[in-house]
Amino acid sequence: MANDYRKITLDGLWDNNPALVQLLGLCPLLAVTGTVVNAMGLGLASTIVLMGSNLTISMFRKFVPESVRLPIFVMIIASFVTCIELLMQAFTYELYTILGIFIPLIVTNCAIMGRADAFAIKNPVGASLLDGAMMGIGFTAVLMILGGMREILGLGTLFTDMQLLFGPAAESWKIVIVEDYVGFLFAILPPGAFVGMGLLIALKNIIDKRLEEKRKGPQVSVSSGESKRVRVTGNIS
Amino acid sequence: MSLIRITSPHAHRSGSTGNVMLTVLLATLPGLAAMTFFFGWGTLIQVIWGTLLAISLEAAVVKLRGRPVSFYLTDYSAVVTAVLLGLALPPFAPWWVMTVGIIVAIVIAKQMYGGMGSNPFNPAMVAYALLLVSFPVQMTSWAAPFVMSGEGWAVLSLSDTLSAIFSSIPAAIDGHTMATPLDIMRHRGGFTTEEMWTESTLLANGIGAWHAVSAAYVMGGVFLLYRKIFTWHTPVAMLGSLTLISTLFFLIAPDQFPDPFFHLTVGATMLGAFFIATDPVTSATSNKGKLWFGAGIGLLIFIIRTWGNYPDAVAFAVLLMNLCAPFIDQYTQPRSYGHAKPNRGAK
Repeated sequence: MANDYRKITLDGLWDNNPALVQLLGLCPLLAVTGTVVNAMGLGLASTIVLMGSNLTISMFRKFVPESVRLPIFVMIIASFVTCIELLMQAFTYELYTILGIFIPLIVTNCAIMGRADAFAIKNPVGASLLDGAMMGIGFTAVLMILGGMREILGLGTLFTDMQLLFGPAAESWKIVIVEDYVGFLFAILPPGAFVGMGLLIALKNIIDKRLEEKRKGPQVSVSSGESKRVRVTGNIS
Repeated sequence: MSLIRITSPHAHRSGSTGNVMLTVLLATLPGLAAMTFFFGWGTLIQVIWGTLLAISLEAAVVKLRGRPVSFYLTDYSAVVTAVLLGLALPPFAPWWVMTVGIIVAIVIAKQMYGGMGSNPFNPAMVAYALLLVSFPVQMTSWAAPFVMSGEGWAVLSLSDTLSAIFSSIPAAIDGHTMATPLDIMRHRGGFTTEEMWTESTLLANGIGAWHAVSAAYVMGGVFLLYRKIFTWHTPVAMLGSLTLISTLFFLIAPDQFPDPFFHLTVGATMLGAFFIATDPVTSATSNKGKLWFGAGIGLLIFIIRTWGNYPDAVAFAVLLMNLCAPFIDQYTQPRSYGHAKPNRGAK
């Protein structure tokens, strides 16, 4: 069981990362990652919705008829999104106005629907909750890295406007990387997000390839020792 | 008697990629000279700075990819990209504009797609479009031309130009810059095209410089046609469709649309027609395909110039048609010998 949980965690964070491997939920990923705070706000909101929907769907998985499961998923996800929307309106109003339409659009985020149909409907409550949390954290991490890249390139700062999410104390978190930066508009606009996303996927593939080579390295030397004859005709001395 | 048997073609020319690119570089010289004469040292400095950057970046990336460096550097395609970008950028653009442009052109638009011959988009135009989107202020202040000197006005001196491009505190170049004719055209407000000429004396006096630069590009282009570096199809189709559509609109409403001659001789039309749209890698392959490709560019230039958000449109039009080139190729494949019908269309 512990092994299972480990696999779920690794899947969500790395091996089956919703943003880098499944390539789901790209619309918010590309649209709101202009700054770290926007990315983090949307990432946290998605994570909470994902955990809630996974938990609820997993709880009711025995009662959901297969033919109408998708409408039921949508209703459950939509109610969680409504909660999050109202909460953000109450506590982080400015961020709520910045993220705008992308908060209600979490309903249509296919990463959430995908986890509901691929995991929560088949698995017990604990595993589903963990899967939701890990997928959400994996998604948020990619959003934040992309947001950080675009913020540094586009504005020359990092962690600007964090007070929108963490209150007035976070105002001093802003780091100015380059003074008097002209601004690189391309990085802020959606095309910059596409290029950044491509670079992140490439980076992940490189790391995976290196890890694979490292893992395979000793295996090759072991298999070369024993003779593996697939087809034997005649005598081989 | 022993004869060496060689398969056909028996007659061929000594045209390696490097030779072709050097010929193209030679053909850009009249344009470069005209730009330097009319707009000052800026363009020359941009071209040199861009070339240095492009060669070093190309060498670095090719080495990183584990390919032979000298082989890829001597095809001179990186130099051509840098020169074309240098000719397209505003003469007083700061050094980092060119730097970002070359990084995008060489690393992202060219080498990431597999290097020379594998890039779907013209690298210089990808860089130009990105710079135009990213740095609108730096990219739209063009140098004022030298011909409008009523009272001894001259181009900026070499040292002033150098400091305008390379120093962190920009020199006072405000008196030496103006909007391009297309920019003035775009932001003429409620004026008719007729009034635009009388309203803006800068434009009325300086337009000759743009005409001269365009003429210089045509000279280079005709030289390349004569050397058979490319066929006539793309430039003729592009200029033809641009002339046709702009004449049509000019005849319908002459006070709202500029005359066809204006469209042909300002902006990057001639540079685009002879040096950018004819890029063998990113354009259509067959002669018929080249006609469609060129006509599409001409049409898009007029549409984007007239109703788009940006003053000039050559970069965007070329990139959009680069995107269509594989599609055009699929439908314009010529009939091969021995077959009754050409093998074209979707399979």
